[in-house]
Amino acid sequence: MKRQVPLLITLFVGTLLIVSVFVPPLEGMQENSTLFFDIIAVFAFFLGGGNLIRIHLTKVARKKGDWEYSLVTLFGFLLMLSSGLFKIGNPGDIAAAVDTPGSWFQTIFFYMMSPLNSTMYALLAFFVASASYRAFRAKNREATILLVSAFIILLGQTPFGTMLTSWMPDKFSVLEIPNMAVWVMSSPNLAGQRAILIGIGLGVVGMSLRIILGIERTYLGEDKG
Amino acid sequence: MQQLTLSVFQPGVLISLAVIGVGLALLLRWTLQGREVDRRVIFAFIFVSVATPVLFPITFEVKATPIAKALFEKIESLPEGTKVMISYDFDPAMAPEVLPMANAVVRHCFQKNHKLVFIAIWATGQSLLNQTLQQVVAVEFPEKQQGIDWCNLGYKAGNEGVMNVIVTNLKKMFPTDVNSTPLEQIEILEGIQSCRDFALIVSLGGGQPGPKEWILYVGDPGNVPIGAGTAAVSAPQLYAYYPKQLIGLLGGVKGAAEYEFELMQKYERFKSVDAPGIRMMGPQTLAHVVIIAFIMLGNVAYLRTRRKKGGAA
Repeated sequence: MKRQVPLLITLFVGTLLIVSVFVPPLEGMQENSTLFFDIIAVFAFFLGGGNLIRIHLTKVARKKGDWEYSLVTLFGFLLMLSSGLFKIGNPGDIAAAVDTPGSWFQTIFFYMMSPLNSTMYALLAFFVASASYRAFRAKNREATILLVSAFIILLGQTPFGTMLTSWMPDKFSVLEIPNMAVWVMSSPNLAGQRAILIGIGLGVVGMSLRIILGIERTYLGEDKG
Repeated sequence: MQQLTLSVFQPGVLISLAVIGVGLALLLRWTLQGREVDRRVIFAFIFVSVATPVLFPITFEVKATPIAKALFEKIESLPEGTKVMISYDFDPAMAPEVLPMANAVVRHCFQKNHKLVFIAIWATGQSLLNQTLQQVVAVEFPEKQQGIDWCNLGYKAGNEGVMNVIVTNLKKMFPTDVNSTPLEQIEILEGIQSCRDFALIVSLGGGQPGPKEWILYVGDPGNVPIGAGTAAVSAPQLYAYYPKQLIGLLGGVKGAAEYEFELMQKYERFKSVDAPGIRMMGPQTLAHVVIIAFIMLGNVAYLRTRRKKGGAA
């Protein structure tokens, strides 16, 4: 019973949703199922938020290692939650948009979250440069092809690449770096991407059928199908 | 494809090239002596190569590639008053790349008197959309009225699920706009039942959900043209959908610069507005050149080591 009920629910919902794609009068089923999913997902927010508070409160209470960071996390979480949910510091009423200009929520977003997030992402430039220096080495034929492609794309993304090959006569324009970069993106890259996408698509179809038909049962917590 | 007008006599170019050139020459000597470059040195070079063109701006003239121009031409070709949906699907990390293209697309649409409906599938998108509304719409197009020329439906949680619903029924997911005004009372949305009623949807973002999901859940099933602007790292994945499922694509800072350049070429009024995409091409160019130089140094070091090992054997 413990196994059969979830399997039957999966079989019913899966079949219904597949059929609804091909039968227009059943189109509403898809919409409703998505709304059901969203409603269920709301509870995951509560679960996630509650869990975050519990873990960090425990850490602060027991003064575990780096508990100060947990304090910052809790403070940030509660501040954003209260300013967003209860519109504290919002010039509008409770029905106003959370990010009304001048609201605490918007101010914190613009002056704290936005620069912090951008800074974290910008740091990637430093690590990419360091990793490129160490990884892009012509150790074998494949690595050399990768290296040459990287060169073409890196240069092709900048006007400097154009400058390097702009002297070429028109009949050799195919060898200009920006044109070569476009070729790399629209030929080898495209072929690879499409192959991956088709592979993923077939894999998803196969896995979905296995789940709907009850062959794949690992989601129930079983090791074997 | 591109044209470049770069004066080597600009102080920014001279200073940047001198600092970086001398440094790289010293590092080449260092490498030839059989020593690896410390990562902190690489960090310092990247810092200099990004900071100098920010302090001493280098300007480039960039012409749009066909894939970027296709989006520009699509918006250009739509008749006045066409309803276009723009989705902000990005976060502050992607904003330096994606927000300039978002602003440029909004400028272009309003210049052509199209009606814009903004939504956000990412929670952070709504706040970033406010930046466009405050810095572009309010300043450059004060005559455009909310509810008549544009409306903001705000953020809706549910990722692809939201798209899956609004492709057939917009009101089911967005019963009100961001200010809690029912959709029935918003003039611009008259006659709009679902995403299928828009002439174009532009998805701006580089993660999931993003342009790819808009194609899969809305563009293909709803037969709606999809245009996209995305962070540079995500652009290669979207080439597979161009040109049939994706009418045009702006990839990274370069895509933003290309769109801004096209806008300036076409409309005189935009020559005086800020063009962060074009501005950022300077730091990006120098950073790329420095990375290429370091890749070369890495290979010099590697070949030297291999030759040494071969000699020893």
